Amino acid sequence: MNETIRVERSSRASRLFAVFGFLLVGLLVAAPFFGNRSVLYLLVEIFVYIALASLWNLLAGYTGLVSIGQQAFVGLGGYSLFALTIFTGMPPVLAVLLAGPIAALFAIPTGFVVFRFKGAYFAIGSWVVAEVYRLTFAQVSVLGGGSGTSLPVEIVQHIANSRSERDSVIYWTGLAIAVGVLAAIYLILRSRWGLALTAIRDSEAAAESVGVDNYRTKFLIYFLTAGATGCIGALISLQKLRISPDAAFSVNDWTAFVIFIVVIGGIGRMEGPLIGTILFFILREFFADLGSWYLMFLGLFAIVMMLIMPKGIAGWLVERFDLQIFPLGRRIILPQDKTTSLSQFRTPATSKKTSPSKPNDD
Amino acid sequence: MPFNLLETRDLIAFYGDFQALFGIDFQIEPGETIAVIGSNGAGKSTFLKSLVGLVRTKAETVSFDGQAIWGKPAYRIIAQGISLVPEGRRLFPSLTVEENLSIGAYSRRKGPWNLDAVYAVFPVLKEKRILPGTALSGGQQQMVALGRALMANPKLLLCDEISLGLAPIVIREIYEQLERITANETTVILVEQDVKQAMAVADRVYCFREGRVVLEGRPSDLGREQITKAYFGV
Amino acid sequence: MDLAAALLDGVLLGGLYALFAAGLSLIFGVMRLVNIAHGDLILLSAFVALAVTTYFRIHPLLSLLLVVPLMAVLGYGLQRVVFNRTLGNDILPPLLVSFGLSVFLQNALLQIFRADSQRLHAGPLETWHIDLPFGMTMGALPGLMFIVAILVIGGLQLLLYRTALGRALRAVSDDGQIAQLMGINNAHLYGVAMAISLAVVSVAGVFLGIRANFDPSIGPTRLIFAFEAIIIGGLGDLWGTLAGGVILGVAQTLGARINPGFQILAGHLVFLAILTVRPQGFFPRSR
Repeated sequence: MNETIRVERSSRASRLFAVFGFLLVGLLVAAPFFGNRSVLYLLVEIFVYIALASLWNLLAGYTGLVSIGQQAFVGLGGYSLFALTIFTGMPPVLAVLLAGPIAALFAIPTGFVVFRFKGAYFAIGSWVVAEVYRLTFAQVSVLGGGSGTSLPVEIVQHIANSRSERDSVIYWTGLAIAVGVLAAIYLILRSRWGLALTAIRDSEAAAESVGVDNYRTKFLIYFLTAGATGCIGALISLQKLRISPDAAFSVNDWTAFVIFIVVIGGIGRMEGPLIGTILFFILREFFADLGSWYLMFLGLFAIVMMLIMPKGIAGWLVERFDLQIFPLGRRIILPQDKTTSLSQFRTPATSKKTSPSKPNDD
Repeated sequence: MPFNLLETRDLIAFYGDFQALFGIDFQIEPGETIAVIGSNGAGKSTFLKSLVGLVRTKAETVSFDGQAIWGKPAYRIIAQGISLVPEGRRLFPSLTVEENLSIGAYSRRKGPWNLDAVYAVFPVLKEKRILPGTALSGGQQQMVALGRALMANPKLLLCDEISLGLAPIVIREIYEQLERITANETTVILVEQDVKQAMAVADRVYCFREGRVVLEGRPSDLGREQITKAYFGV
Repeated sequence: MDLAAALLDGVLLGGLYALFAAGLSLIFGVMRLVNIAHGDLILLSAFVALAVTTYFRIHPLLSLLLVVPLMAVLGYGLQRVVFNRTLGNDILPPLLVSFGLSVFLQNALLQIFRADSQRLHAGPLETWHIDLPFGMTMGALPGLMFIVAILVIGGLQLLLYRTALGRALRAVSDDGQIAQLMGINNAHLYGVAMAISLAVVSVAGVFLGIRANFDPSIGPTRLIFAFEAIIIGGLGDLWGTLAGGVILGVAQTLGARINPGFQILAGHLVFLAILTVRPQGFFPRSR
């Protein structure tokens, strides 16, 4: 009696969620037919943040690259859109897609510079580079200089003829980008690449010793993330119909909020950015009029979360209820006992390692 | 009724989820020198680290000089009079030889040990006192590590594998000094891979295997075969 | 001799940047902590000084007597209550916590003091100048700032290399585990390091406030200047940080001469260029 050991990738919960997910996406696709203007606008904002947060999570939670400078690519994407449409008359939606590869190209010299840093210094270095882009674009007068510029009317009309059609086109582009980004991240993490990333995150030295090329893997992820971020940046500017250096390269909008979303939602898990974004928008609904109080609260919330729940809400859900939406782990099912399954080896970036030099404050 | 300077009962210790010690019973009287022997991974280093507070212990039974010390942070235990010469020397690279020694006295315990006393025992250190600690040979670094631990004027000195990586002649020199030092009533627990050396200096010997005590007694009472059996578990 | 004046300005500005950087460098050296809120803490000091000078009607430099101890105590508390919990092998917690703190501080300051530009007034000191050879003049304030920077860095070096506390700080930065074996209470010592860092930060904040207009939003840029000064100078050496600050200051003032809006960008570009060509900085301490 030689039953083989099976490796199962999805659980019943995740299969349920998959069905639910398909239904949800179907619903979202149909939204322009019964949603009004402001609902669509809000949904695009949500798609944007889900995508940005998932990308940041891939970078920081899985690859170990904590960047405070992703707004560089948001801005680059936005300005690419404006430059492409204004100077070449390209259809705006195509320009949005093309903005991605352009941003990715910029990621090459950018990455070359920032990868000279490690850890926290990488974070600040990425911020400096983003500032350089911001200050540089403020000097480019053809694209509006420091005060920015609006998208010319002809180009706006190039998107679609009527306003409601334009809203729908932008909406569907946003939905497509968000779904595309999530799908791509899922596929990466599920593949051998995902294993390599987990290995790098857990121990760079060990990863190198089994043949993972740390530098190249990290750079590739950085490159791809930059491209996707650029695409999203283009979409953001398209929806706003306006661009300015401070808005396009805003640390607050495109990095601070994203970081809070991922930290509170759960870093190192794909569910984290989703949960975080939903929570973020709920909070925004109720508290955003409070201006700086709201941001103070967010900052405090993030601090407290990191101190007492470093794996975020998603991490807590996994620990308490073994609940995962995205089947990324591998469960080993032993032959005799159908019910045992060793826990998946997912160890998110913020696992509390007992470090000897940790001081005794409790 | 002999007074035990240090006593552990059913000591357990963990590294994260991994259990390293499974209930160690141990006693040492003032002035004694006890050697703890055993193969790699037997838990000897872990035992010393638990005594001094670097590894969290889970039992309620480590008492030193009549007081319970389990669960206390390391710096408090040092202040009470236990010093550890750590495995691998672990001198501070940014500090000179003299600074390494001086920082041993951070806890400011009173006693016979100060810079001059250490230099008297290890004159070569006085010559090299302004060099960075790491610029010395292995044997000299071991002297610094030993001196640094003594500067705290401990009642109980723990030595973790002080012979590791040293040439035999250097090992002998260090142990000679150790005997001189401990002659004036310092109590010593030494963890040692070199069984012969350990048996030569110890009043009593404990043998660990896989986190447990498997043999205990005076060197003269323990036969070679007995020790080998306990050590390897065959 | 416009160029020479710009150069002198840059050098003296470097003193301020070195003051920004010294506190950051110290805590990175001792506990590998990069405090993203560092710039905002500089601003906090400036605002505290503003409150003190307004309430007590005293000179900003005199307010240091109150501001420095206040910020030091705050630093100790911050480290022991918040940052000590984040130390360990993982780089994310301290980074994200200090980031959260940065956002919190900026907005707290906004809430209390509004977004208006503020200034600390140093009276006649602001206009005094000293005549130098070759027809140049040096403002008393920038000169004083530079001298203070030298004194502070010199003081920190003295502390680190000639006192028992400094010895303990260096030991803890070398090997936190073995430091405990010496009887050192790491938690307390990290608190002391942060207290010293914020004491230096508060001096920097007061001088910032005297020198230029300030408001709650300029914190992050000060962090970047501090960071650039450290990297240009090379990690691990405070005097190197002074040199780094000077190089940054000169790059900025020369850039400003080309175009006033170009000042900060010029500094960034020089920083990136140096980083690309000589990533270890000019005066790294080889360990």
